[in-house]
Amino acid sequence: MSSYRKTEVWKNVDWITILLYVILIIAGWFSICGASYQFDNAGLFDPAGRPGSQLIWIGLSFILIFVIMMLDSDFYSVFAYLIYAFIIALLIATIFFAPNIKGSHSWLVLGPIRLQPAEFAKFATALAVAKCMNSYGFRLNQPKNFLKVLGLILLPMLCILLQKETGSALVYLAFFLMLYREGMSGYFLLSGICAVIFFVTSMKFSEVIIGDTVIGELIVSGMIILITLLLVQLERKDKRAIQVIVCMTLIAFAGGYLASLAMPVDYSWVAIGLVIAIALYLIFLSLKNRVWHYLIIAAFSLGSLAFMCSVDYVFNDILEPHQQVRIKVSLGLKDDPSGAGYNVNQSKIAIGSGGLTGKGFLNGTQTKLKYVPEQDTDFIFCTVGEEQGFIGSVVVLIIFGFLIIRLIALSERQTSTFSRVYGYSVASIFIFHLAINVGMVIGLTPVIGIPLPFFSYGGSSLWGFTILLFIFLRLDASRRER
Amino acid sequence: MRNNNNYTFEKRRFIIGGSVILLIVIFIIRLFFLQIVNNDYKAWADSNAFLKKTIYPSRGMIYDRNGELLVYNQPAYDVMLIMREVQPFDTLDFCSILNITKEQFVKRIADIKNRKMNPGYSSYVPQVFMNHLSARECGVLQEKLYKFPGFYIQNRTIREYEYPNAAHILGNIGEVNQKDIETNPYYVRGDYSGRSGVEQTYEEDLRGVKGMEILLRDAHGRIKGRYDEGSHDIAPVSGKNLTMSIDIELQALGEKLMQHKRGSIVMIEPETGEVLCMVSSPTYDPSILSGRQRGKNHNTLARHPDKILLNRATMGRYPPGSTFKPSQGLIFLQEGVITTETKYSCANGYTFRGGKPACHPHYSPTEIKYALATSCNSFFCWGLHDMIDSRKRFPTVQDGFELWKDYLVSMGYGYKLGIDLPSETRGFIPNSAYYDKYYNARWNSSTIISIAIGQGEVTATPLQICNMAATIANRGYFKTPHVVKAIDGQPQDTTFTNKHFTMVDSKYYDIVVEGMRMAVTGGTCRGAAIEGIEVCGKTGTAENPHGKDHSAFIGFAPMDNPKVAICVYVENGGFGATYGVPIGRLMMTKYLKGELSEQDKYLEETLSNAIVSPNILLLNRE
Repeated sequence: MSSYRKTEVWKNVDWITILLYVILIIAGWFSICGASYQFDNAGLFDPAGRPGSQLIWIGLSFILIFVIMMLDSDFYSVFAYLIYAFIIALLIATIFFAPNIKGSHSWLVLGPIRLQPAEFAKFATALAVAKCMNSYGFRLNQPKNFLKVLGLILLPMLCILLQKETGSALVYLAFFLMLYREGMSGYFLLSGICAVIFFVTSMKFSEVIIGDTVIGELIVSGMIILITLLLVQLERKDKRAIQVIVCMTLIAFAGGYLASLAMPVDYSWVAIGLVIAIALYLIFLSLKNRVWHYLIIAAFSLGSLAFMCSVDYVFNDILEPHQQVRIKVSLGLKDDPSGAGYNVNQSKIAIGSGGLTGKGFLNGTQTKLKYVPEQDTDFIFCTVGEEQGFIGSVVVLIIFGFLIIRLIALSERQTSTFSRVYGYSVASIFIFHLAINVGMVIGLTPVIGIPLPFFSYGGSSLWGFTILLFIFLRLDASRRER
Repeated sequence: MRNNNNYTFEKRRFIIGGSVILLIVIFIIRLFFLQIVNNDYKAWADSNAFLKKTIYPSRGMIYDRNGELLVYNQPAYDVMLIMREVQPFDTLDFCSILNITKEQFVKRIADIKNRKMNPGYSSYVPQVFMNHLSARECGVLQEKLYKFPGFYIQNRTIREYEYPNAAHILGNIGEVNQKDIETNPYYVRGDYSGRSGVEQTYEEDLRGVKGMEILLRDAHGRIKGRYDEGSHDIAPVSGKNLTMSIDIELQALGEKLMQHKRGSIVMIEPETGEVLCMVSSPTYDPSILSGRQRGKNHNTLARHPDKILLNRATMGRYPPGSTFKPSQGLIFLQEGVITTETKYSCANGYTFRGGKPACHPHYSPTEIKYALATSCNSFFCWGLHDMIDSRKRFPTVQDGFELWKDYLVSMGYGYKLGIDLPSETRGFIPNSAYYDKYYNARWNSSTIISIAIGQGEVTATPLQICNMAATIANRGYFKTPHVVKAIDGQPQDTTFTNKHFTMVDSKYYDIVVEGMRMAVTGGTCRGAAIEGIEVCGKTGTAENPHGKDHSAFIGFAPMDNPKVAICVYVENGGFGATYGVPIGRLMMTKYLKGELSEQDKYLEETLSNAIVSPNILLLNRE
């Protein structure tokens, strides 16, 4: 089972992914050149400068790839827990020994070398989770198994949170996407997504009142009713139940309108009452027909309602002030171009000034003159936008899209759960990084400091992503043997 | 390791893949709006990154008529500081070098940081701590600058004056005010422009055209180099140099003679209308209005009761007194009221009105030439009476008077002459309407008789009086007086070269000229005689209701082909012969002969030390 020949590894490895990887690495290096290029000194290959040292990291990455490819594919499953344990130990050590760099304690400094263990914890966690889920008789829907996996994911997340690297910790939420593929109930993801949407909507409209109606609550309640209808349709295809719910809605609002002729009516309360009534109806159906689906849907809609009512409390009393500001700025509720909104505002200016074709390599003014902070790490996408324009940015996004879709396809062709789970973990982590990083740079998501894979400057992040990706390619190369 | 794939969940890959595609599509739409639809970002990016730095052209220099340099630009030094780079230093040492107190230092720093007073403040950008240091002050600071990190010295230029003279004509420059900025888009806050004198009238020639340099500026406001290697920069155009018609030595002599006196000397080259000197006393050293002390000194001058900033030559309104008489003679001759033979009686006064205005003893009756030579009041009163009260000549007194007024206007009185200096006043020649209103339309020559001898309502500036002397020297025309002869070597245009003819024929001028010659050879201004030169003149003793009479003199020389016309006006100087005549003689001698004789130098000292108006403030350069 473990017999292999080294030449076959290179024959079976997925060269399409390697090609995409190389394209992204090269594009990333040019972006770093653009971002850190100074008008007064022009040494792109000077190892003391950022383009030069990134070149060294890239060179070392290829050695790393070679080593990863030369190791037996079983090595990764056999040593998964050991690697995980080692990394967790490293993460814990980091909390205590790391110096304070810009408020975070995530860098281990060993003489001239600085390492960010959090970047390496991703592949270790992915390996451990894959091994756990590959174990005999593992069923994700069994609470004991689910909690085991959850523990494996939350442990590094907690360590990284303690290092005050909130962004890197949030990346571990990406594993839920993989878990969804592996059979976790869609309600978890749906709840997560709904929570975000409800939060954003109610924050955005929290101050808006038309007549006597609080618009934010009305919209969210409306969305809850729509999602409930959708779920009833998807789960049961129960036409009668849907008709009843639609009728209830019409009656409620007609009643509300008639009442408004006599007294002031807040339609958001009508909608809230309606949600409760629908939930009660669904519970009734569930008891009558003995179908648990309705009970879950009712729980979902009541839970959503509770969430909506607690948003204000959560926002004002649980989040820290700088987080509140970031969220408000990214929702457009607050204009603060010189404070919290400075990064995003400057980043939008840099990208926006690129136009269709961009200003050309090394000709960007905004990034070079340091208007965008963290322009060669977290905000590297600005340089692409400014120097390569709309066309360049779209090409980069499409290459990322191809890479992720390719990873999903590769995962699906795996014969072992271990490889598939690991592959989906890799794809999910890339999706999360892409969504948050680019979303933040173009002003769609709050500022959460995580790097753009293969673009952002830094050895740890480059190596972290390279190891993550190539372990999967190594597993894929010998998928037939497993 | 066996495969335990759960096939029921396989279709979820499409949901995941689909969301990835959806995400990328959302990003692309967003980028489309940012980069292609919205154009604002480009402008923001440019205003972020490009610092359009003005390059100031050097202001034109000013020379006198003989090519002597009068005004030039001198390097001055501003102490700048970059707040962010300042480290703790010996404040007391720093203050003592700059000669300021610690309190001033603390206040200045607070002012710089105050965003209300200093809207463009940034701790990364150099701020002016103190401006216009001299080379000496700067030298001391430069030596110790290493002790004061964050402080720098920046080169500037300020106006320097070679001579302490001609302050009113040269004028000075000052920072533009809010109104200038609003009315003229050329100026921005902090620019300098001419505030008086030729610096003001020739501002557009002197200032040149500003250039622009496009620099790249980083997020902290630091300059990172030139944009596109300077290919979009605009080079500045230097200001043009002015050549004044003023003779600076003559001007200096005039100012010296007018020390301790209030008044004015104006000299014009009749043929060209060029002003050779224009003294307004009291005066000041123009350099005190340049540099750091400008504000303080300007306040002192502006508040002084002697109105030092007033250019009396163009802005002072004086009764012309007897210097008015030649113009009266010309009008009467032209109108045929008198001939050279016409004689009027004088009995120590105007006999028609019982001896008022009074006159001094001389033989009677007189004809025009002798009346001018001896400055007979009666003669000109009779003349005015015979002109405007004669119903044969004019149907009404008003018609006669209007004509009289038109004659004077044609000689340059009553309206601005249009000299190239700011804020000229027009003097005053009344018209019929004025007297109709005043006397309810019931008036005749006797009512207004004092105007016949340059008193009463009539006022004129020393420039107008001198210009009148120039028209007599020219036998009937003048060219608009001007103080600038050429701009960058190019002579002045037709504004200053066209002849303005008076309403009096040239032949009548010869009669008046002879009368004025007689005044010098045997009349009231014998003191104006210069050996070897035929000087013509007329004294004036203008009655002053507020105090002692004003002493005035007009003249020109030589009698044929005159080279110079002059007006001297000394406030409260008494008789015309006391100050007006000797000052006039010295000035004409200096101009025509180039040097003063030993005797004249003695007179020069005597006159310049004569105190007419004491307590005049004198400000000299440091």
